[in-house]
Amino acid sequence: MQILYENIIGLDIRQVIMWIIGGILIFLAIKKEMEPTLLLPIGFGAILVNLPITGGVEALTTLYNAGIANELFPLILFIGIGAMIDFGPLLTNPKLMIFGAAAQFGIFFTLCAASMFFGIDDAASIAIIGAADGPTSIVVAQKLQSQYVGAIMVAAYSYMALVPIIQPPIIKLLTTKKERMIRMPYEPKSVSKTTKILFPIVITVIAGLVAPESVALVGFLTFGNLIRECGVLDSLSETAQKVLANLITIFLGITIATQMRYDQFLAKETLLILGLGLVAFIFDTAGGVLFAKFLNLFMKKKVNPMIGAAGISAFPMAGRIVHKMGLKEDPQNFLLMHSMGVNVSGQIASVIAGGLILGFFL
Amino acid sequence: MEFNPSAFVENLRYMGLGMLGIFIVIGVIILSVVVLNKVTAPKLQKKDEE
Repeated sequence: MQILYENIIGLDIRQVIMWIIGGILIFLAIKKEMEPTLLLPIGFGAILVNLPITGGVEALTTLYNAGIANELFPLILFIGIGAMIDFGPLLTNPKLMIFGAAAQFGIFFTLCAASMFFGIDDAASIAIIGAADGPTSIVVAQKLQSQYVGAIMVAAYSYMALVPIIQPPIIKLLTTKKERMIRMPYEPKSVSKTTKILFPIVITVIAGLVAPESVALVGFLTFGNLIRECGVLDSLSETAQKVLANLITIFLGITIATQMRYDQFLAKETLLILGLGLVAFIFDTAGGVLFAKFLNLFMKKKVNPMIGAAGISAFPMAGRIVHKMGLKEDPQNFLLMHSMGVNVSGQIASVIAGGLILGFFL
Repeated sequence: MEFNPSAFVENLRYMGLGMLGIFIVIGVIILSVVVLNKVTAPKLQKKDEE
């Protein structure tokens, strides 16, 4: 009989709080459709690992050691992400990549801000939330052995889902209506299949030479893209985009929750990390927009500074947000191809930033 | 957890190095893509003409 009530007697109020947090994440995933592929498993996992004397923790810990502690799951997920990405709009206008670079400013600003409160390894792990990329955040936080992996993951994925709410006010604050109405006509140019095949190989070599710590991330991303673009591996490409990505996402989400035990997660540091994550996203957006405005001082053919905000790696949301804001100001201003090109470049730039962070602190 | 405001200034060098590093890498990638597009473009035009 004792077995029926010993868990209830042993219940800690903090575990109940974690159930509520898990419930909120599930609610946001289902009702608000905010990154449901991650927030739902994370939310459910948070409930699972915060049951007293839970048997669920052992299985999740095994999965965690098999795929997250050694950074394997996020790297495999990157194969799927690479297979989903079409670099075509970027390859027709490669200069757009510069905005992807500028939009990583929030990472380094947050590194400085977080270092006021945390040791440098934890500060760097928190800063990488600004990469707006789950796998990059996991790999960097794991390699730097941060003790705040759970909070970092929840912050990263929650803010990625909140990009439609975070970005527009920042963009409006930093731009004038006239600037938001700048038109950027799209001149379609064809990109050869050879370029699309060589591109992933070339950036892997470049990343390997100048930012060697990013090779794992860049390499798996570009491998996925090469499978897509080679034209002879359609079934592998489809598998990578759908089955593989979904499979890893299921394991990743629920396994991350092992870092959400109440004794680890319910701390003032978690609130601070959530705040710093928001700072990272805000300054990413600001960095991209302000850089575009700076370039406009010297360019005859102005760019719409909003596309700088698309350089955040939240793909494809950031690109679509900028396009929608452009249409709102001027229904004839189609920024989509430019903003998606910048958005895709942000994916590459964020991985390079992750590699640089590892290079500084590993 | 201690509040150390001077750490912000001390770590600004990582901001400078990091942003410089990203711009350099992205700059090299941009140049590579421009070269790739130029090298493969004539072949594309020839194929189109055929």
